[in-house]
Amino acid sequence: MSEKKPETKRKKRPLTPKRREQSRREFLRASVLTVGVVGASLLGFVPVIQGNALRLRPPGALKTPDDEQEFFASCIKCGQCVQVCPVEAIKLADLPDGFGIGLPYIDARAQACDFSCDGLQCVLACPTGALTHDLDYPADTRMGFARLSRPKACLAMQGKGFKGQARGPDYEGLLRYEEVDRWNPIPVADYPYDLEICDLCVRQCPIEIRITQCEENASDSDQQQLARVAQQMGNECPPKHAITLEPVDLGDGVKRMKPVVQEGCVGCGVCEMICPVESAAIVIDLDKNADTVMEG
Amino acid sequence: MRYIKDSLLQVFGYKIPRPSKDQQSPEVRAIYEGKMGKLSKADLEALHIEHKGTTFFKKWQKRRWATLIIVNLLFVASFYFDVQLVEGSLTGARVVGFHFADLNAALQVALAYKHIVLNLVIGMVTVFIMWMLLGGRTFCSWVCPYHLLSEVAEYLHLWLAKKKIIKNRTFSRKVRSVFYVIFALLALVTGYTVFETISPTGILSRALIYGPGIALVWVGLLLLFEVFYSRRAWCRYVCPIGVTYGMVGVFSPVRVKYNAEACHHEGDCRKVCLVPHVLDLTIRNGAAEVNQDVASDCTRCGMCVDICPTDSLTFEVKGLSKMLK
Repeated sequence: MSEKKPETKRKKRPLTPKRREQSRREFLRASVLTVGVVGASLLGFVPVIQGNALRLRPPGALKTPDDEQEFFASCIKCGQCVQVCPVEAIKLADLPDGFGIGLPYIDARAQACDFSCDGLQCVLACPTGALTHDLDYPADTRMGFARLSRPKACLAMQGKGFKGQARGPDYEGLLRYEEVDRWNPIPVADYPYDLEICDLCVRQCPIEIRITQCEENASDSDQQQLARVAQQMGNECPPKHAITLEPVDLGDGVKRMKPVVQEGCVGCGVCEMICPVESAAIVIDLDKNADTVMEG
Repeated sequence: MRYIKDSLLQVFGYKIPRPSKDQQSPEVRAIYEGKMGKLSKADLEALHIEHKGTTFFKKWQKRRWATLIIVNLLFVASFYFDVQLVEGSLTGARVVGFHFADLNAALQVALAYKHIVLNLVIGMVTVFIMWMLLGGRTFCSWVCPYHLLSEVAEYLHLWLAKKKIIKNRTFSRKVRSVFYVIFALLALVTGYTVFETISPTGILSRALIYGPGIALVWVGLLLLFEVFYSRRAWCRYVCPIGVTYGMVGVFSPVRVKYNAEACHHEGDCRKVCLVPHVLDLTIRNGAAEVNQDVASDCTRCGMCVDICPTDSLTFEVKGLSKMLK
């Protein structure tokens, strides 16, 4: 023991002035570094508070129309949802979204979610439940709620038809057309329309397509087959209509139709995507969903 | 036990006191005493120059860079060619269907969200076991894409420092533990995964797989800071991922082993090391035993193994090495 004492003393010898000065500086620098890095990370709060990070999220995102905090917290920012989406609708947010960096979102006008996968692949891919597994069918989704934002621009409201490629020849967006290919979405540009009165938002609505499929004549075995496949893939028959076309009479003798958003709308954004008017006459509101609309 | 205690102390930024004479084994004492005054400063200098290495790449560095690039390219190729081999990114992935979750990212999510779903638990356990077997901070030097960029920045930094254009500034190493606690608390209190916003590991991994973005500017700033102000600052003083895996590595059988017998104590290993405090035991009188393992803050990068002129530092797999010999 007598030998150990001087050893411990040697270790506790006070630092030389030079060493002390160095460790003082190291401490000061470390303090500045802490403030700097933590400060920089907290800047991520700014876009969140300003509401600039609010976006159309993939199906099942843990959020209410005005609060995405739970989604921000639960997402691990890995992008597995991006990888499984057959129409590549999902993108990851960048640094300007602050805390929302790496969070998946959908730019509906560029590429909406048309439930081509039937079974909500993004939800199944999510490792953290940020896209909640409580969701069973596309019709249960609550992404937002469609609204005819520019009724005067709407072709149907003007009594006009539509002929040609919905979004022009250069548009890269994809949709699934059952009659072309049950499994693979094709470019919208490859599917020109010729419509007496424009009903694209209703015609292409995935919920409406599914309802029509379910209602098809039982004697039509092809349609039955499709309906059964979809059901097996996890796409049950939606209980409510999402959008309908209703006649409007302005008393000028022109046959006009109005797209009316119904309680079954999930906010997937296909109507906004397919609307041939620039900019879209129908858009998705993020601050609403079918549930909040029904409540009041 | 002592290894665990020393490792954790170092991970959290404390200095392990040098062993006193009576804490050293008689064998190692004999070695130190036998070497007393054997090498002059000029001899050490000559040794240093001799073993500076003729090529840029050394054996382990080559292997490590190749591994790092291949792992990250696997993610990229898997998505690009849609082969579903390694889906996701470094924060969370599915490797041929099995869940993998970065422990630090998962921890941030768990603290912010305050729930954990089963898939995440599976992913965490898988990754914990994987890195526990492979060395913990092995993640840093063998997988993290920021580490690679930072290594390049380090060469620039050292070159500029040699030309006396810049000076390296050091920080108190304890600051990394402070960051660890702060980011854990921020996740818990704010309910946002605050660290993920600035994590260059996540940003780079996503940029590689899903395409570059503005977030790369932040990574660029970090690199500039490392080139011109402080060598390897992010990995050394900030990154909580390193702390997480430093703790995992405490239980790892993959370690760098130090043998005091032939060591000249010339200190080349500490000059190339990302975390030179783990090599304090290579200083004369620094080791308590003849053979001693480098503590778990070591990233198992192999730079010291490459540079050591006497093979006093070697990779070992505890338990396995004996079988292999």
